[in-house]
Amino acid sequence: MRLKVEPRSTGVPAMNALVPPLAVVATILASGVVFAVLGYPAGRTLFAFFVAPLVSLNGWAELALKAGPLAMIAVGLAAGFRAGIWNIGAEGQLIMGAVAAGGVALGFPDSQGFWVLPLVCLAGLAGGMAWGAVPALLRIRLGVNEILTSLMLTYVATLLLSYLVFGPWKDPDGYSLPQSRMFSDAATLTPILARTRLTSGTLVEFLVPVALWAVLRYALVGFKIRTAGLAPAAAGYAGFVQSRVVWTVFLTASGLAGLAGAFEVLGPIGQLIPQITPGYGFTAIIVAFLGRLHPLGIIPAALLVALSYIGGDTAQVSSGLPKGAAGVVQGLLLFFPLAADFLVRNRVRVVR
Amino acid sequence: MNVSVLVPALATATTSATPLLLAAMGETVTERAGVLNLGIEGMMLVGAVCAFAIDSASGSQILGIAAGAFGGAALSVVFALLTLTLAANQVASGLAVAIFGAGLSSLLGAGFVGRSVVPLAHLHIFLLSDIPVLGPLLLRQDLLVYASVAITAGTWWVLGRTRTGMVLRAVGENDQSAYALGYNVIRIRYLAVLFGGAMSGLAGAYLSLAATPMWMEGLTAGRGWIALVLVVFGAWRPWRVLIGAYLFGGISVLQLYLQGAGLVAIPSQILAMIPYLATIIVLTAISAGGARRLAAPACLGKPFRATT
Amino acid sequence: MPGKTVPGNNLISVPILSRRALLAAPGALAFSPARATPKLKIAFIYTGPVADGGYTYQHDLARQAIQHHFGGAVETHFVENVGEGQECERVLRQLAGDGADMVFSTSFSFMNAVTRVAKLYPEVKFEQATGYKTAPNVAEYNLRFYEGRAVCGTLAGLLSKTGIAGYVAAYPIPEVVMGINAFTLAARAQNPHFRVRVVWISSWIDPGREADAANSLIDQGADILTDHMDSAAVMQTAQARGVQAFGQSADRSAVGPTAQLTAIIDNWAPYCIARVQSVLDGSWRPGSVWLGMKQGGVELAPYGPAVTPPARAAADRIKTGIIDGSVHPFAGPIIDQSGRLRVAAGQTMTDDDILKMDFFVQGA
Repeated sequence: MRLKVEPRSTGVPAMNALVPPLAVVATILASGVVFAVLGYPAGRTLFAFFVAPLVSLNGWAELALKAGPLAMIAVGLAAGFRAGIWNIGAEGQLIMGAVAAGGVALGFPDSQGFWVLPLVCLAGLAGGMAWGAVPALLRIRLGVNEILTSLMLTYVATLLLSYLVFGPWKDPDGYSLPQSRMFSDAATLTPILARTRLTSGTLVEFLVPVALWAVLRYALVGFKIRTAGLAPAAAGYAGFVQSRVVWTVFLTASGLAGLAGAFEVLGPIGQLIPQITPGYGFTAIIVAFLGRLHPLGIIPAALLVALSYIGGDTAQVSSGLPKGAAGVVQGLLLFFPLAADFLVRNRVRVVR
Repeated sequence: MNVSVLVPALATATTSATPLLLAAMGETVTERAGVLNLGIEGMMLVGAVCAFAIDSASGSQILGIAAGAFGGAALSVVFALLTLTLAANQVASGLAVAIFGAGLSSLLGAGFVGRSVVPLAHLHIFLLSDIPVLGPLLLRQDLLVYASVAITAGTWWVLGRTRTGMVLRAVGENDQSAYALGYNVIRIRYLAVLFGGAMSGLAGAYLSLAATPMWMEGLTAGRGWIALVLVVFGAWRPWRVLIGAYLFGGISVLQLYLQGAGLVAIPSQILAMIPYLATIIVLTAISAGGARRLAAPACLGKPFRATT
Repeated sequence: MPGKTVPGNNLISVPILSRRALLAAPGALAFSPARATPKLKIAFIYTGPVADGGYTYQHDLARQAIQHHFGGAVETHFVENVGEGQECERVLRQLAGDGADMVFSTSFSFMNAVTRVAKLYPEVKFEQATGYKTAPNVAEYNLRFYEGRAVCGTLAGLLSKTGIAGYVAAYPIPEVVMGINAFTLAARAQNPHFRVRVVWISSWIDPGREADAANSLIDQGADILTDHMDSAAVMQTAQARGVQAFGQSADRSAVGPTAQLTAIIDNWAPYCIARVQSVLDGSWRPGSVWLGMKQGGVELAPYGPAVTPPARAAADRIKTGIIDGSVHPFAGPIIDQSGRLRVAAGQTMTDDDILKMDFFVQGA
């Protein structure tokens, strides 16, 4: 008596849609087991992780604030992953977008015009795109693996930001602490919901996935990307993809990442500091996969992953769980859909 | 900066390079078999915490080292299950393992933070270790450093000169043909992944037992990702990977020396960028050189599906 | 007042509950539900792990001291590893929204977030360590670490055989710079040719790089190490290589039994306890406080085995001098590296100037 695995010839949409919720349930159960085995109060910890952050308006606002950048970056990355283009450097592109936006904002410290804000946002977009253009170019012209180039550039971007806020862009009135001047009001995204940190930037971040979904579904360029992704060879590590698709996808993803970075520093932070992201660029990759590389699926995925981050902090306070434990939950959140994918694509039968 | 600093500097570079080398060697084998495992960072961390915990609890360094290798290998089993048995996407699985491993390590290590163990002793071969220059450099390192070089040599030998190595390479270059010839592609890849995991675990053990004998969250500080780069830098060839590891380790340490010497007026962050920019330049040079024989294993990253 | 339970100030508690109810669940998760005589809820936030055995650990000792001192009247919590980015603002909002009465923020990188959150929650008292912004509900507190550095520098100047010390530092911010300068000035007072070599790590805690940096400094001739980092890696390396070192923030002799000459110990507890008491009494006022050796904020660990009697005597002289005010670590003349005279002979630097220090003295 054996198990025989047969690929399914047709997809099963119902199963596909079930995977994320089931994955969540499985993650919650598995996390609980892990916590219990290691000596933490499972029930209280799980509650702190998944429920507690959601009980207040402020909690939801913080959730959205964290999920927004994740969603926006993830949709850009997802388009690329479908076509076999592995942009791992979103973190660096995010930082360069923030640097560009911040730089422009610092250049207009006293302006009050309404045009300042769009200008700095555009700068953020451009900054991210410029950073993403390098791995794209190297891949197209010389076949250099974009995973590695984009990753290396992330480190460079982090160091560049550090150099700028410690050196040329340091606030002269800031007691020599590593930070830039605060941006002027015209260049800041103000909170739109009282007593929260929610900004219009966050709204944009959630609208982008919807917009991108529409593009992918209805526009010609979307069709091209999808067909490129359907070819099995293209889904591989060193797939051959038309250079135009590479450019489009890379620039979109890096531009979005840069914009997300700009929103971070223009909104909640209000200045340039050495650390502007808790790893959004990398977490977005998880979000992309958890959302099944589908723009509309990415939105709930982003909320879920954001929850795991915030939950990690609350669990720390209530159960003494070390901060890194959030990684366990996030890893599990990704394991289950990946594993479940197998069942979606294949049928397992018992054979005598 | 006078020359007398050079030798100790190289010795310190060795400390920096060894964990990179160990992890990169493991990943080289994994990738030559056609599997891309991005989860090195997670496996290194799990290895580091296991090694430290066992050494701390038992007082035995050998047990600690073994525990490190075992821990890394155990986590790699999860990766192998996902990507080989369940044919899941390798990039996503690798990332998930990296993040999961990091989280798991911090959970496991929570009780061990702040403790310290006796670091791995430096060998002292009678008389030989006292030869000027070469002595301290070559003959006064600790056990794992020598092991890393030995493993490099072993990997080179097995991959290039034995039948096992040939089969493994075949699996990485053309898995369908290898399957047709009767080789169990999945099993060979499993073994390759396990080896990679064990090596990453060993690298982590080196960090927590020798380099800085302590444990804390995120001890590896991104070294796992660097190891990935080194594999490509070395064009999947063991000796080149070794050179890459020492270059990278050396440059990372070099910028510290330059700072201490007060020599250069370049800001420390710009100096710290050098290793990463250098890697990009080298990658570009390799690709521009168009050397086909230095290309990646053809099946790298693609799941294997038996077509019969 | 040990053992005496003082109920929370009733004037403040009633309005708090109604305002906060809008933003936080009644059964706030982090703190126990409010009761008739509510406990004072105190939260601490840390950039790094408690178990760094250094900076954060010392802050947590203060927290434990508070819990121990006030017993059932208070409820303390902490959040560690908050990092230096903008995560802290979310954590602060959450803590304040969940019902904290007092928040101790232990790093300057939280300062801007503290200022913003303090505006939203005016009834919560914030204590900001090592920052510089105050507000009606934000007080500043800091320790004169540089006094400890002066003692260390004296010892270094006397005991170093090579005349070179290695300094592994995190960021060139004033707090670190003043430490380097105080150390160098004191060492040069004993040995005019003393050199201090500085390596920047660009992070508060990275044991691997700290060890590498320590090794590189030793290779370049330093036989005494000191650091302004949060882990014990530098002391470990010193012990392994057989050189001397000074512990930072805490007594590191467990890691460096023969290596440690002495250590600067951050003692936050007396201040923190006093402030909690003032909240319980209702006498809390914002302020800016900079405690030194005289007030017990900065202590020095017992001298290690390598400290010779004459060195010990010299160090003790400096210590008593600082405490009684006759010795000031930043007394003139002080000349910076470009040759400019910063402080004239006979004068001492003002606190404000020290806080803004952005130059290095000669020899560093």
